[in-house]
Amino acid sequence: MELFYSRLGVWIGVLFTFAIFSFLYKDNPFYKVAEQIFIGLSAAFWVVITIYDTLIPNLFKPLSENFGGNIILLIPAFLGVLMLIRIIPKLEWLSRFPIALLIGTTAGISFLRYLKSDVLNQLTATMLNPFAASDWISMIGEILLIVGTICGVLYFYFSKKHEGALGTSAKIGIYFLMVSFGAAFGYTVMGRISLLIGRLQFLMGDWLNLIAH
Amino acid sequence: MTNNKKVKQIDRRIIFLLIFIGVALPLLITIGFKIEVTENVQKAYDLVNSLPPNTKVLISFDYDPASKPELHPMAKAVVKHCLERDYQIICTALWPMGVRMCSDTFESLEKDFPNKKYGIDFVNLGYKVGGKITIQKMGRDFRSVFPTDTGGINIDEMPIMDGVTDFSDLGFVFSFSAGDPGIKDWVMIAHDTYSVLTSGGTTGVSAPAMLPYVNEQGQLTGLLGALKAAAEYELLIDSPGSATNGMDAQSIAHLIIIIFIVIGNVNFYKNRKKNRERG
Repeated sequence: MELFYSRLGVWIGVLFTFAIFSFLYKDNPFYKVAEQIFIGLSAAFWVVITIYDTLIPNLFKPLSENFGGNIILLIPAFLGVLMLIRIIPKLEWLSRFPIALLIGTTAGISFLRYLKSDVLNQLTATMLNPFAASDWISMIGEILLIVGTICGVLYFYFSKKHEGALGTSAKIGIYFLMVSFGAAFGYTVMGRISLLIGRLQFLMGDWLNLIAH
Repeated sequence: MTNNKKVKQIDRRIIFLLIFIGVALPLLITIGFKIEVTENVQKAYDLVNSLPPNTKVLISFDYDPASKPELHPMAKAVVKHCLERDYQIICTALWPMGVRMCSDTFESLEKDFPNKKYGIDFVNLGYKVGGKITIQKMGRDFRSVFPTDTGGINIDEMPIMDGVTDFSDLGFVFSFSAGDPGIKDWVMIAHDTYSVLTSGGTTGVSAPAMLPYVNEQGQLTGLLGALKAAAEYELLIDSPGSATNGMDAQSIAHLIIIIFIVIGNVNFYKNRKKNRERG
């Protein structure tokens, strides 16, 4: 019986894979059905996950086990209810309070983290002495890193017209940016092809048994 | 002009078909292109290879089936390496389906490591909502975030959790990440706040955004980017798997795409030249 359900799962996966791939030829009812089922399943999955992994362990269980000790949890519960009140047009304005609180705390927490990780640590990482590098390849790499960072930042300096030394630096900066966009595109292509490989390994391995899986 | 453009445009379905054939055939017929190990993968491997046996390490499965083809092979390779090194692996997930990805990884390695026991050598603590906030709390008090595992067993009853109170009790943190929340949150909190060695693997789309964190500050100790990095890791641990098998297909598909980019650019310059000549 277990084998039957396992094979059934594979066949359902195969049918949905073909239904989604059929869009590459042109839009069609099979694709639409697969897309709608996927959306419906995803929404249902998130509702279940929210109830079982967020609401029950963080709210209902602590309150049912020790209501007096966890009474403070009623505050976030109340704010959560206010969020849901958005669906009543007349009381929609009440949802602004939890949203304001959420944005404020998130911004406060994230500000320090991003400042340290994305500004201070990243800046420190570019403060290198390239001439102390162990080999000439590393030295060239570190020089490119320093030049690329400075010129890239200068490209985004808009308080002075980009001409003369600033113009040249900004132009060098945009070349570095172009290279980074190219690298990002290359990685994206690699990622998308990896997904296709995964699907074909499933079709040719799990379904057709043509390759080892 | 419109007719001219139409004549020169290749039907996109022909490109799809060629890519499909270019990926499918190398999966059936092995070519065996050489795989070179890159510096970032070597760094991640060296980190995993550097600690003494019985070190407790944290692996976070921050992805779902949509990214499984890219991240699952590298997760299997890294977990296998950790089991070979006799580390004690604590698994968490910042994505709900990460829990299933973790159990699937260990199930697939069960045959290779029949003596490894759940609760002693590895544990699946499951999913927690909250991203950064959750990691921050784990750094202060691990047990308040994960009082039980996915099966509801109290972590105090598991030998693997003995002595684990916060991040200072971990050898390193490794995140397999498909987006947000994910590896960036681990860098920000685990490394930049609690100074735990942090590494990970990402999808190809996310990799360029994470590469700057592999820097002199050691925000990330190496990085595995997409299936290619997984194949490199499989090569390092001498255990070829699905990533290695997919590398021929990856190379052929890239070659086809490069050819089409070249054709597109040649056509673009030809058209531009013609238009200039016409004035």
